[in-house]
Amino acid sequence: MATKRTIEVELSTSGLTRDGKPQRVPLVTGGDTGVALAEPPSLELDGEHMLINIGPQHPATHGVLRLVLELDGETVVRCIPHVGYLHCGFEKIGEYRQYNQIIPWTDREDYLNSIGNNVAFALGAERLFGIEITERCKVLRVIAMELSRIASHLVWLGTTCIDIGAFTPFLWSFQERENIYNLLEGWVGARLTTSATRVGGMAADIPDKWLEGLRGFVSTFPKTIYEVDRMLTKNAIWVGRTIGLGVMSPDEALNYGLSGPMLRASGVAYDVRKDFPYLDYETYDFDVPVGTNGDVYDRFLVRVEELRQSVRILEQCIKRLPDGPVNVDDPRVILPPKHKATSEMESMIHHFKNVMEGPRPPVGECYVAVESPKGEKGYYFVSDGTSKPARWRIRPPSFVNLSAIPKMVEGHLLSDVIAINASIDIVMGEIDR
Amino acid sequence: MSKFEIVKPGSGNPKEPATPKNVPNRGGEANPSGIALKEQFSAAILRIDVVNGETNVLVETAKVLDIVRWLHDDATQSYEYLSDVTAVEHRDLSMPIEVVWHLRSIKYRRFLRIKTQLKKGTKLEVPSVWPVYKGADWLERECYDMFGITFAGHYDLRRILMWEQYKEGFPLRKDFPLRGRFSRSEQLRQALDANPEAKYSMEELSVADAFEELPLDMRARIASGEKTGE
Amino acid sequence: MGLTSIPHSASPENASSGPEIISIEPKGGDGWVTTRLDFLVNWGRSNSLWPMPFGTACCAIEFMATAASKFDLARFGMERMSFSPRQADVLICAGRVPFKLAPIIRRIWQQMPQPKWAISMGACASTGGMFDNYAVVQGIDTIIPVDVYVPGCPPRPEGLIYGIMMLQKKIMTERMSNKSIRDEMEPDPSSKLYIPASRIDEISEPFGNSVHQTRSAP
Ligand code: SF4
Repeated sequence: MATKRTIEVELSTSGLTRDGKPQRVPLVTGGDTGVALAEPPSLELDGEHMLINIGPQHPATHGVLRLVLELDGETVVRCIPHVGYLHCGFEKIGEYRQYNQIIPWTDREDYLNSIGNNVAFALGAERLFGIEITERCKVLRVIAMELSRIASHLVWLGTTCIDIGAFTPFLWSFQERENIYNLLEGWVGARLTTSATRVGGMAADIPDKWLEGLRGFVSTFPKTIYEVDRMLTKNAIWVGRTIGLGVMSPDEALNYGLSGPMLRASGVAYDVRKDFPYLDYETYDFDVPVGTNGDVYDRFLVRVEELRQSVRILEQCIKRLPDGPVNVDDPRVILPPKHKATSEMESMIHHFKNVMEGPRPPVGECYVAVESPKGEKGYYFVSDGTSKPARWRIRPPSFVNLSAIPKMVEGHLLSDVIAINASIDIVMGEIDR
Repeated sequence: MSKFEIVKPGSGNPKEPATPKNVPNRGGEANPSGIALKEQFSAAILRIDVVNGETNVLVETAKVLDIVRWLHDDATQSYEYLSDVTAVEHRDLSMPIEVVWHLRSIKYRRFLRIKTQLKKGTKLEVPSVWPVYKGADWLERECYDMFGITFAGHYDLRRILMWEQYKEGFPLRKDFPLRGRFSRSEQLRQALDANPEAKYSMEELSVADAFEELPLDMRARIASGEKTGE
Repeated sequence: MGLTSIPHSASPENASSGPEIISIEPKGGDGWVTTRLDFLVNWGRSNSLWPMPFGTACCAIEFMATAASKFDLARFGMERMSFSPRQADVLICAGRVPFKLAPIIRRIWQQMPQPKWAISMGACASTGGMFDNYAVVQGIDTIIPVDVYVPGCPPRPEGLIYGIMMLQKKIMTERMSNKSIRDEMEPDPSSKLYIPASRIDEISEPFGNSVHQTRSAP
């Protein structure tokens, strides 16, 4: 246990000093400055164990997760999670749809990160087809992925704060999400379910002046991060409720297959963007935040830092966005322009064939992973040469992350279960698919 | 704290990672672990090929656990991360079902796909890799739920996504119709029949051997069939 | 006099004919108000609905956006989210409902006390949406009675707000003399269904494009 770890906190209701500055009142315990960790309650108490059911309908389970907890007093002895309440058969449906037709499903699977999933799916399908996308498309996709990472982390932030008892950051984060929604709406016409990519390109190029909007967002968003940082990072209540909870050591985290901020908070600097790059991420300049304690507080710090890094990447994208076509020039997958399809016979047949029969990739398989906000998100395709995949598998990061929850909550208090569960950043649409 | 040494990926591989470009459909640069596996387990390695830049190793079903354990433990391989466990059934129903493991070596920045084939008509069973990777727990349960493949050695192989009394079969099998086997009203009736509270009991916890640790009176109550916790 | 600000058109009948629903006596002074009890009760109910958000999937995110700062559901008397069904008036089912969740939404509906209403938000909750497969209930109206369907995938917050306003209108038309609207529907004990099985099969039939998309290859 990280009993020696101290964080200098500010009381959230600080008075002012004589010169009008907010007063810092560190919590003093035993000569040390900071929040002292309570000893975990002993498990020795005799008596009956109690069973508590949380969910599937519960405001703090972020969807329809169900946890059955065996409690000794208030201490969790055992936790049995139940998932599958949102199982909608995505993978089965994928076998009945052409590649481009599957893209709307990818929106709805990890629905906090919909445009990021679109990109991931398109990357996988392009590997299968052997298509190299254009430079402009690459940068647009990076913009899409980072915007959606920000959007997803914002929902995480808002809901986690509500779970732990802070309401204001929820309003802030949804305010910023509205800004992202506006950007996405201007680009692809939808707020949440974007379906923005196509195999070989994007559904649409960004409209004129769109970059201005993005620039505005990039310049104002850091203020929100700063506010969140000021409100939470040294807040005595926040620190007290998150520090030392759900600790995973690096080895455990790797062995449990954790990924994303969960893994990095545990001190493993594994980021798909850095280690198995895609979309030329190796040419962007950004840092991978790594925690040193592997607890809920570190996960919070890692995610907030990732918000900053995403803003950095977005700034670089704005600078380097090249001109040129968005879609590849590959008649196998790309439809002819509309005016040609309505005036030329060949183009019309081409359009008809591509839409009705669908493009056919060569026989083969591929697994393409991207760094989604939740972790390593992989799409695994098996093609048998027909226009529909023989198998479309989603590697769900939060499914694997959640499977470690029995280990993480053991020995903690009931109220900590909520904080730990929130720190995993689960999204049931992706867990149950 | 010594326990928390930061793990830096790629410490065993000096090559800077880069986005793969113009990946050929067949052939290309193979993962050296394939050769190493061939040397180590010669007979159990049935085929090694490179598809879309990824190395596939087809192995003998019985040897999967040994192979995966070696890959995990051996310092020159160090596949410490299990990405995924899944299965593939082909549309051609005469082809065998494949079980697929996606492994990553964080240290060497490598990706490896292990496959094994299960003949239709035989018992669909493969060894569980759960003893090596704790992360395989739910992935294998899901595979069992969707394909009906049993993972020998898994401590708690139950359905995970569908409810336990689900009667229609294994949804991702190719002979399973898209809309299920039963009519919609029958599906709904069966679903409503599944008592959501049935899994909220001490009996379920005994899956993980809680029973022995319970107080005597509680054990007696459970043994008598009394429902707890309602 | 706060009540004078109620728009009279809130009740559909007074637009056509009949006596004024609200009259204030003596005119212009602080006297008393005469009105119909129905109207007063419905007015109170419709403007202080406590929603029970049954959010499962993507639509729940739009629901959260509706409740958050920009769209601010509190303007419609709904800021008090009731996560406990026993203190809720209106069930807002936002998201897809797979069969595994069917007994749970039924249970929650049964736990809600009368008067209660249900809003089905989004294509999935209303019809199964794009998930015409083995796992998803083809519309929650096969499980619980629904008052307002909000189309969209997901509906925009404006759409949900419009649906809520429609529900408020519907509540304004309720009559206390009509006892039957407050009756609990009891499921058929043998089949556990409210509506006949043949009807469920009929409304769950695939329609439109999805009829043709049952072939898995080529
Ligand atoms: S209607 Fe659309 S947005 Fe809503 S839950 Fe269904 S798929 Fe998601």
